[in-house]
Amino acid sequence: MAKQKKTLRGKQKARRKFLRTVVLGVGVVGAALLGYIPVVSRWHKRIRPPGALKEHPFLSSCIKCGQCVQVCPVNAIELADLDEGFGIGAPYIDTRKQACDFSCDGLQCVLACPTGALTHDINYPHETDMAIARVVNERQCLAVQGKGFKGQARGPAFKGKLRYEDIDRWNPIRVSEYPYDLELCDLCVRQCPIEIRIAQCEAGKPPSGDTNQCPPQHAIKLETIASDDGIVRKRPVILDGCVGCGVCEMICPPEPAVIVMDGTESRGMVA
Amino acid sequence: MKHLIKSVAVLLGADPKKPTSEDYTPEAKALHAEQRADKSRIESIYIELAHKAQHKTPEKWRRRRWTVLILVNLLFVVSYQLDIQMLEGALTASRFVGFHMADLNSALQVMLAYKEVLINLMIGTITVLIMWWLLGGRTFCSWVCPYHLLAEWAEMAHDYLAKKKIVKDHPFDRRVRTVFWIVFAVLAVVTGYTVFETISPTGILSRALIYGPGIALVWVVTLLLFEIFYSKRAWCRYACPIGLTYGLVGAVSPLKVTYNLSTCFHEAECKKVCEVPHVLDVVVKGRATEADLFIGADCTHCGRCVDACPTNSLNLEFKGLGQLLR
Repeated sequence: MAKQKKTLRGKQKARRKFLRTVVLGVGVVGAALLGYIPVVSRWHKRIRPPGALKEHPFLSSCIKCGQCVQVCPVNAIELADLDEGFGIGAPYIDTRKQACDFSCDGLQCVLACPTGALTHDINYPHETDMAIARVVNERQCLAVQGKGFKGQARGPAFKGKLRYEDIDRWNPIRVSEYPYDLELCDLCVRQCPIEIRIAQCEAGKPPSGDTNQCPPQHAIKLETIASDDGIVRKRPVILDGCVGCGVCEMICPPEPAVIVMDGTESRGMVA
Repeated sequence: MKHLIKSVAVLLGADPKKPTSEDYTPEAKALHAEQRADKSRIESIYIELAHKAQHKTPEKWRRRRWTVLILVNLLFVVSYQLDIQMLEGALTASRFVGFHMADLNSALQVMLAYKEVLINLMIGTITVLIMWWLLGGRTFCSWVCPYHLLAEWAEMAHDYLAKKKIVKDHPFDRRVRTVFWIVFAVLAVVTGYTVFETISPTGILSRALIYGPGIALVWVVTLLLFEIFYSKRAWCRYACPIGLTYGLVGAVSPLKVTYNLSTCFHEAECKKVCEVPHVLDVVVKGRATEADLFIGADCTHCGRCVDACPTNSLNLEFKGLGQLLR
């Protein structure tokens, strides 16, 4: 009698253990699958580092190690948190906070990537395709208003960095340490890494003395607006050479910025 | 070969089987008979255990292991924070003074999701494969994985609360880890995303240490609370596919915990401290089929049993190198 009771209890125990295990299994797999939601519904539209494949293959091939984060001289790259689901640990650039200014010249993040999520097929800044700049807030634009700009582009507290070749060829400095005095604001064009390279090439001094560094197409220009009040007004126009590095967005003084990066699915390297 | 099959079966979740009488070597049979005949052994076990209770020896291997674990993770942190560039990246993939390294499970998930063998990744994966084959596979778990250390602390809390009868351990069926491994592999292929990485406490913790904390740590804390209050060492024992991947690599490793039947008194002190006690089934009186045996693939080589054994019947050994590691 006692023995029978014992085996029954044993059976009950085994059944409970089995049910517990099923619950654990469903719970853990379910928790992981919740990560699908932010990815499918695109809660975050992230700008990925230079050379990133299109979003899906990028997230597949990225091993979430952050080696790209470690090599970036301006610390432009951050890693996604759990709220990005399957994208957790994948790198992105918050361009308004800190754009990629290509001050490493050699696409260090691409070289650091151990998997090819940042494709090794590209070598030069103008070959990247992170996003495209869009003028979204033209009326706020200082140049459109015919205004100049004097002072720190983003105020004294802004921590973002840029490389100013006239200051230091190798070390980027804070934008707040480089005040401007412009008759008509042209910061977006003036600081565009592609435009800077084109100017250097036209002056016969390509970066690192390598003519391969010369971008074939312009990225941004200021276009004169016809006006009858005698004030010179210009508007920024994005051109085909734009790679979406975000420097124009970062440097733009008005809040919110006149130019933003659009990293829609059509951009990004083909897998 | 028979041992390997048994070891992998237990790794995958099978319960250790009681050996039949033909499984025993004559030597082991003789040793078992001798032990049964010698009644004075029982007496000496009690003396031995009483002695041990009075003279607590430090856990030598645990100290070494925690030192290594903390140093490895610290090297990741200082490599980035102090820019000394020794060990760049995180535990999922890194460069050690320039050499590629890739976590085997993370690399597997990436290749399954991306469906392409990435050459750079292969180099790192093979390097790490050879390294952990030599060092015993799941050795990664107890000597490197940062979650393991937190889980050990959670285990201490669990044991303390269990002693006070506040909590009770709820074991799971160990086969569920194999199910997880397969499910996450299939999910990677089907969805094209590295699904497991989303909830991997190893990756989350490694990145949190190096790049700063985030909300993902909530998941890690949840797991730890689950282990303290509901099921002891649950993640490492029943869930983590990384452990299974490394376990498979370690199945054929030269680094093993060895068991010596002739000196064993079957006190089972080792099983009390073991994270994966099913691998220590051979120490149960009458179970060892040979005089000298290797502990199975699920063993993480944490060395706690080596420290706990009152008679030095368990040792960490490198096959062919004798007891240099003692």
